Amino acid sequence: MLTVLVDGIASGMLLFVLAVGLSVTLGLMNFVNLAHGAFGMAGGYVCVVLLNRHGLPFPLCLLAAAVFAAVLGLVLERLLYRRLYGRDHLDQVLFSIGLVFIAGAAVDWLMGARQQLITLPAWLSGRVELGFVGIGVYRLFLIALCGIIVLALHLGLVRTRFGSRLRAAVDDAVVARGLGIPVERLFAVTFALGSGLAGLGGALGVEVLGLDPTFPLKYMVYFLIVVAVGGANTVLGPFLAALLLGVVDVAGKYYVPQLGAFAIYTAMVVLLILRPQGLLAKAAAR
Amino acid sequence: MLGRVSRRGILATGAATLAAPALAPGAHAQGSAARIGLILPLTGPFASTGRQVEAAVRLYLRQNGESFGGRRVELLVRDDTGTAPEVTRRLAQELVVREKVRALAGFGLTPLAFAAAPVATEAKVPMVVMAAATSAIVQRSPYILRTSFTLPQVTAPIAEWALKDGIRNAATLVTDFAPGLDAERVFKERFTAGGGQIPLELRTPLRNPDYAPFLQRVRDAKPQALFIFVPSGEGAAVMKQFAERGLPEAGVRLIGTGDVVDDDILNDMGRPALGAVTSHHYSAAHDSAENKAYVAAFTAAHPNMRPNFMSVGGWDGMHLIAEGLKATNGAGEGEALLNAMKGRSWTSPRGPVTIDANTRDIVQDVYIRRVEERGGQFWNIEFDRLPQVRDPGT
Amino acid sequence: MRLALEAGFWLLALASYWLLPDQLPLLSQIAIGALFVLSLDLLVGYAGVLTLGHAAFFGLGAYAAGILAQQGWGEPLSGLLLAAVLSALLGLLTAPLVLRGGDLPALMVTLGLSLMLGEAANKLPGLTGGADGLLGVEIWPIFGLFRFDLYGHTAFFYSLAVLFLLFLLARLITAAPFGLALRGIRGNARRMPALGTPVRARLVAVYALAAAYAGVAGALLAQTTQFVSLDVLSFQRSAEGLLMLVLGGLGALYGAMIGAAAFTFAHHVLSEMSPLFWQFWIGLALVALALAGRGGLLGLGAAALRRWRA
Repeated sequence: MLTVLVDGIASGMLLFVLAVGLSVTLGLMNFVNLAHGAFGMAGGYVCVVLLNRHGLPFPLCLLAAAVFAAVLGLVLERLLYRRLYGRDHLDQVLFSIGLVFIAGAAVDWLMGARQQLITLPAWLSGRVELGFVGIGVYRLFLIALCGIIVLALHLGLVRTRFGSRLRAAVDDAVVARGLGIPVERLFAVTFALGSGLAGLGGALGVEVLGLDPTFPLKYMVYFLIVVAVGGANTVLGPFLAALLLGVVDVAGKYYVPQLGAFAIYTAMVVLLILRPQGLLAKAAAR
Repeated sequence: MLGRVSRRGILATGAATLAAPALAPGAHAQGSAARIGLILPLTGPFASTGRQVEAAVRLYLRQNGESFGGRRVELLVRDDTGTAPEVTRRLAQELVVREKVRALAGFGLTPLAFAAAPVATEAKVPMVVMAAATSAIVQRSPYILRTSFTLPQVTAPIAEWALKDGIRNAATLVTDFAPGLDAERVFKERFTAGGGQIPLELRTPLRNPDYAPFLQRVRDAKPQALFIFVPSGEGAAVMKQFAERGLPEAGVRLIGTGDVVDDDILNDMGRPALGAVTSHHYSAAHDSAENKAYVAAFTAAHPNMRPNFMSVGGWDGMHLIAEGLKATNGAGEGEALLNAMKGRSWTSPRGPVTIDANTRDIVQDVYIRRVEERGGQFWNIEFDRLPQVRDPGT
Repeated sequence: MRLALEAGFWLLALASYWLLPDQLPLLSQIAIGALFVLSLDLLVGYAGVLTLGHAAFFGLGAYAAGILAQQGWGEPLSGLLLAAVLSALLGLLTAPLVLRGGDLPALMVTLGLSLMLGEAANKLPGLTGGADGLLGVEIWPIFGLFRFDLYGHTAFFYSLAVLFLLFLLARLITAAPFGLALRGIRGNARRMPALGTPVRARLVAVYALAAAYAGVAGALLAQTTQFVSLDVLSFQRSAEGLLMLVLGGLGALYGAMIGAAAFTFAHHVLSEMSPLFWQFWIGLALVALALAGRGGLLGLGAAALRRWRA
């Protein structure tokens, strides 16, 4: 029972780190970026290459994955994404799906189509016995690391100057610009941050979610669910949504495997019908 | 700047649409080449299967000179993405109608083979199934021959072995589609007939599976062994969770068909795979001169790949077609080619094989193997053999 | 001028039978894809309702026609009818859930519903064949005369004829007050009630209509390939339909059909030339087109025409 709960929380947290960047681009820039998973994939592959071929320590690989994805995000934002801000959503869909195709084929060409695997360092593998339940060490690591990230993001958005400028820019970009807030640069930095987090999530997820060239498409639906159910504009909304998704998914598979993925789809549809603007819509509106 | 980009955009799409009619009507003259249509999942979730088969087929042609019975073989490779049977069917139709292929080959998964079978029947074109492994496939068309394996064929031996080894209580975990259900049924029949018990039967979805919750249930049920079947390429994810959930410490042994310890990714699975006992028709570690030459040539051509059981299905399938062409002096088509391929025996890298003349299915040795570490690499080391196993039927 | 272009379009479609005589299966698939995208266009292009789950109706139609034939009634036209009715019913049932306002919720609710339907089909192997696909679909000759043949002659004319008839119907509908009301709703949904337009009723009606169209497209696929698999309900199919629509140009019936033809053709040619890496080239073309962004291929074509005249 407890094991199932911990598993659900861990996978929810991982999902959050992967998806939070998407909620940022959607909420802050009103951009439908279906290619978000591609940054996660990029991070995953960087991690695999550094770990397996060059034998770097795992934490360093994670860091490199995040940095690589962030830089990639920044470059693409400046070169391409920027041109599509404010355009029709469907144009953005066309564009970002195109990017997904390119990314998938490029990775396939570079690394091959098969599943990529890593071997975790000894200090992260195995399980610990807490009382009478055993819990995977890596899951605990995921929960701890992602928990720190959630906290940092939340505080960053609420407490720092960057955060308040960002929120201002989101509420009303025109006025914010008039107040001398460098909206463009703000968006670029935010985009890079979101991509970097996705890269980190991709690297963390190699062990749990697997990694192959279909990664961005395979998990796109999950990312979209997190963002839609959580609602854009906040950190906590998607976080709660991701947790809920993770727990419902894992528990559903454990207790009623006959239902398959039915559990999460139903949960999503019901939530969306009850709260079309997201879980924390009221709190955000205040 | 934007103007330039847009013009490039026009050019790109324009070129794509313009190129189409020019290429369409069989660009080359027919010549005298025998065309073989190879339909495989080369992109998408089952791409690794397609890549292995394609690599082996090309390797065969490179090593054996591309001409058989005085007839040059021309290979036409098509990607069906692995998840769209209607595309497989359309590609088969096109290859037959437009490219006039002598034989269809490939077919990565059962539904894809099912969808294409009526085309083979109606066009009277032999169809060599190189990968898909549901028992019933050969019955879908009298023109189907199979060079891969069937799940009942490789499942029965591991059930017998488990009983012999003192396992009396085993859970099953299979992927929820025809081959998985085949494996589950046969394992259950054989295992319970020998006095074994199956406390838990689990089925995981074919797409986007997450094995953790299922394996947690196995751990909670604590059987002596867990029988696993998952499609090629999925083994690693299962193996990881098997280890992370602490099933080995809980005294659960991993047994299964060889799919779960797929040679393609076995090395990356590493330690968690050690000790897994499986039954299958091919291991890259198979001890024979033919196989040593095969593995050496394969890895020379693809340094990052190790040939797996899918590849050997492709290799033998191409061999079968080549032998059929030779036997008909390169003239064989339709019924004649089919008959020339039926009943053939040869020594494959996997060992001696025969295509049964009546069932058109493969008869082959099945080996019991254990994952061991040899020189820093992980291999399926064969330690027992059941000679010339047939598909036990449905 | 416009009429000549239209006539030319359909003549070209018909002439493709002689131009590409050994590509008939592909041409049928294009016609079916065009019908599916047409149905999306009615919904997305005309009424402005976003959806990521249109495959639900396509798949329902495919399974309805497939199962009907499998159970021993292989008459094709009644299969189409059944598919249309069932899909329209599903559309009517789900419309209230989808039309609650907001683009993102609409996208996600449609997506969720289609995923649920896909999972249901997967979990009912007794009815649908599950992941192995529906086997044993046998379609009788059309009017008892034209057998579905290996070369795809019958399938081609059948698909094209259905596409043409349903296109005519769609053209009538979009030109009628109903269609104008839809455009009005897309332009400004708040102001339309002031003109006396019952916004909600119109949207529900178009949703059901689009669903029926998609159902017929699915039934066509099931009948011409005599096989149905879970893939008909997949998210990829919904997304690809949307892609073709944007590619061709929204809110214009011809745009929808051109988009479907261009995408399917490009996909086919590229994957034949490069079976391993065709996705790269498709992706490149999509990105380029999105950056160019002038209302899809149709928009580009119109712009080129204007420039040529000027």
